[in-house]
Amino acid sequence: MDKITTDICIVGAGPVGLFAVFEAGLLKMRCHVVDALPTVGGQLAEIYPKKPIYDIPGFPEILAGDLVTNLMKQIEPFHPTFTLGERVEQLQKQEDGSFRVVTSDGTEINCKAVVIAGGLGSFEPRKPAIEQLEDFEGKGVAYMVKDPEKFRSKRVVLAGGGDSALDWAIFLSGVAEELTLVHRGTSFRGVPESAEKVVSMAEEGHIKLLLKSNVTEVHGNGKLNAVTVMVDNETPYTIEADYFIPLFGLVPKLGPIEDWGLELDKGAIKVNTLDYSTNIEGVYAIGDINTYPGKLKLILCGFHEAALMAQSAFNIINPGKKYVLKYTTVNGIQELQ
Amino acid sequence: MEDAINIHVELHDGSRVTLEAPTDMGLSVMEVMKANELDLAAICGGMAICATCHVEVLQSSELPEPNDDEAYMLETLPHATQTSRLSCQLKITPELDGLVVRLMPEA
Repeated sequence: MDKITTDICIVGAGPVGLFAVFEAGLLKMRCHVVDALPTVGGQLAEIYPKKPIYDIPGFPEILAGDLVTNLMKQIEPFHPTFTLGERVEQLQKQEDGSFRVVTSDGTEINCKAVVIAGGLGSFEPRKPAIEQLEDFEGKGVAYMVKDPEKFRSKRVVLAGGGDSALDWAIFLSGVAEELTLVHRGTSFRGVPESAEKVVSMAEEGHIKLLLKSNVTEVHGNGKLNAVTVMVDNETPYTIEADYFIPLFGLVPKLGPIEDWGLELDKGAIKVNTLDYSTNIEGVYAIGDINTYPGKLKLILCGFHEAALMAQSAFNIINPGKKYVLKYTTVNGIQELQ
Repeated sequence: MEDAINIHVELHDGSRVTLEAPTDMGLSVMEVMKANELDLAAICGGMAICATCHVEVLQSSELPEPNDDEAYMLETLPHATQTSRLSCQLKITPELDGLVVRLMPEA
């Protein structure tokens, strides 16, 4: 478990988080960047790296992936450090006013200011609205398959119609005692090979395939033992199950940030447009994750927000010092050692 | 307004609102609902990746078929119905006049 000490902890390695390193670096503030994804770039790298962006000033057209590459080059002189593939879990304000940020893997970042540049949030499993479903989480209900061996010789019910539902149905049918795949539709739009395989495995009796069906109830006593399935709106019936795994894709969520005591509005963090500070002193939110009257979710607005944030954070990190705006054309870039 | 249509949205509480939507601005149904400050997250901004603008179409003339991204997302959603759509993928055109959609709960 790493312990890192820095000036600013930036949550989110998307374009705005990366540019915040630049703006902070100009003011000689060091940054550590954390992202739940294993690579930098956020949405730009994960969702649309090959899509051209047309509204970055000075670039008539730039591929999202190239913008990330350029930003990484631009912040190089400031030697930011990164924790990737870990999600931020906790924010603790220390007695001296500094912060401790703790990640899902236990990495600790001690810093004087926190900048949340979390974009859409982190991608979490989409949960179906089934009563008491959450009561059985970890007690027979799971939203992802981490260790397939856990399901050996068990009765497993999967729900969903996407690629991950198909792939896991095929894989787990060889492990589980009984595998049932419950799908709302009548066909699958996923990878055709997987879809065909599931259908043929169902015909051969290796998978129990329930189409036009939904899981409507979960049952158990401390631990899951059955689910109720409704087929084509007919009379529901109950099947015994040790595990129920709904696989309905991922939805971006704020995640643990939601519980940090920040003022929120429709899943976005409210900020003061003077400096993009939140209701917690020393915590800022910039880019798509914040909201304020007139907010535009544009990369270029996030860049602007990063610049104003840095001015304000400077005062927290260097109390008593007066900052005077300096231009890179006059002063160039002074590398942080 | 010239070059505008009306669309009707059933909110979570069952009430309906009518929104005027210009047809000459290349807007989506999601964007019109957001502009009118309806209660929907529409987190991803129109890329068909979050489904937080999911609506059920209650009444419409013929709509263009969902593209692959939208169809795949709809199939993945736990609570989609036969007439579910991602409102970010429905472009406002004159043919959409009189459209009635229902906001779906966020999963």
